[in-house]
Amino acid sequence: MKFSALLVAGGIISVFFVLVALVSLIWTPFSVEDLVIANRLRPPDSVHLLGTDHFGRDMLSMLMVGSQTSISVAVIAVGIGMALGVPLGLAAAANRGSSYDELIMRGNDLVFAFPSLVIAILITAVFGPSAVNAILAIGIFNIPVFARVTRGGALSQWTLDYVLAARVAGKGKLRISFEHVLPNIANLLIVQGTIQFSLGILAEAGLSYVGLGAQPPTPSWGRMLADAQTFIYGTPGLAVLPGLAIVATVLGFNLLGDGLRDWLDPRIQRSAG
Amino acid sequence: MLHYCLIRLASLILSLIVASVAIFIVIEIIPGDPAAFMLGLNAAPEAVAALKDQLGLTGNPVSRYFAWTGGLLVGNFGTSYTYRVPVSELVMARVSVSVPLALYALLLSTAIAFPVGLFAAARRGRPADFGIMGLTQLGIAVPNFWFAMLLVLVFSIGLKWFSAGGFPGWDAGIIQGLKALTLPAVALALPQGAILSRVMRSALIEALSEDYVRTARAKGLSQRQATVRHALRNALIPVLTIIGLQFSFLLAGAIIIENVFYLPGLGRLIFQGITQRDLVVVESVVMLLVFAVITVNFVVDIAYAAVDPRLRIRR
Repeated sequence: MKFSALLVAGGIISVFFVLVALVSLIWTPFSVEDLVIANRLRPPDSVHLLGTDHFGRDMLSMLMVGSQTSISVAVIAVGIGMALGVPLGLAAAANRGSSYDELIMRGNDLVFAFPSLVIAILITAVFGPSAVNAILAIGIFNIPVFARVTRGGALSQWTLDYVLAARVAGKGKLRISFEHVLPNIANLLIVQGTIQFSLGILAEAGLSYVGLGAQPPTPSWGRMLADAQTFIYGTPGLAVLPGLAIVATVLGFNLLGDGLRDWLDPRIQRSAG
Repeated sequence: MLHYCLIRLASLILSLIVASVAIFIVIEIIPGDPAAFMLGLNAAPEAVAALKDQLGLTGNPVSRYFAWTGGLLVGNFGTSYTYRVPVSELVMARVSVSVPLALYALLLSTAIAFPVGLFAAARRGRPADFGIMGLTQLGIAVPNFWFAMLLVLVFSIGLKWFSAGGFPGWDAGIIQGLKALTLPAVALALPQGAILSRVMRSALIEALSEDYVRTARAKGLSQRQATVRHALRNALIPVLTIIGLQFSFLLAGAIIIENVFYLPGLGRLIFQGITQRDLVVVESVVMLLVFAVITVNFVVDIAYAAVDPRLRIRR
């Protein structure tokens, strides 16, 4: 199998940002907790490669730690969506046409009516803003997405001979779903996972921007943009870097998703995602 | 068709009921005592009791739920605890900003997507197609609120063509109002337009490979005629789905974009509601947003059935 240019480009960008997040766990050029007001709003120089923000914090370090927040929120949110959505989708497909299937799918439609921002608003109104609430909101939004994709993929598997063979061998729906159907739709789920991951990064940035996500002093790209807006007249550069970081990460994971889709299963229609 | 509409209508009503129960539980049941929650930790018990009385929180949850939803049905959204005015008044003033903004953005994204999708599909596999697809990838990756900030940097601070925010009100004239909504609408429309262009392109490419297009060509229609008369109509089904889904994203996106441009829309109202712990406002505005999303999806479903008769017997 040949790697496509999409897969390579997406893979390199994605791995780069994941590495940055991992490195920032143990090392950043400066501590993001050091507030040096005398150094505020400095342009890039040999000490602060990307300049400093309004509290005199090193922008490069802030961006590095910000990637931690974005990536961890998106990873956990995809995890929640998969952990709950996949079993629901498998169950719906295994009981196709039953009232159980109908209940799951209508429930999905209902959750779809709540954009992740609206879920976040509901949670925040009661529990207050935090990164955990952002994770929950994006995660809940991901559940119907995975349930739907899983059901769609599993339905076609259930019509295949190997499933029939497994049934004849006496296996129950639960075992067939997890032992046979799930491994065969794993590709589909990996691709969807990549797409939801990049959507999660965007959603986290949006939630942090409006103050419903990670709270200060935790650096996050969305929060940095919100702060930068105050200084947009004097120091427009502050508003550019976090945005570029978001665009690059999302673009990287989108390309990775597209590349994986073509690589793992050329038969999957491009419109499936 | 009528049967299909009735089934969808029943499903719409059921969805609205379940959604309202979910919102009611999160806002009024989970905090324990909403009145105490709204007044904060140091509130005097008498004040909490008075607020409870004022908000009608004294009854049991079931009767409170019916009082709330019954009120919603006749346009009574309760009274805002911070503004001391009916929530419906607040909402009406804000809807006149948020809905035109979402519609303006929807119009722009469709206006971008149709020609771009048609152009790329017609040049499938050629450099122009790759270039456009690359640009749409970028468009999808750009957060709309960041794009909004860049627009402000270029068109408000740099070129001074538009104001950087605020809304003069429709009383100042439609042109002034639309002008204030232009940058926000462009910011909202870009990512959605990019997604819609890709959907339009792939739907058209699929439709163009169908037999009926070949037949139409064999009958003597030009490629353009065959595309417009036959392929386009069939490609509209997936495009309509995405447009329907996009409305909810635009409405949610508008909430964020309103913050960038300081527009007095539903988004600002909801965030003020959250910071001031005005649960009455949050509860009703969230219900209104969800109502809008569910209703739009219902309309899209009916529109499908009108476009594609095969879908009427689905489900």
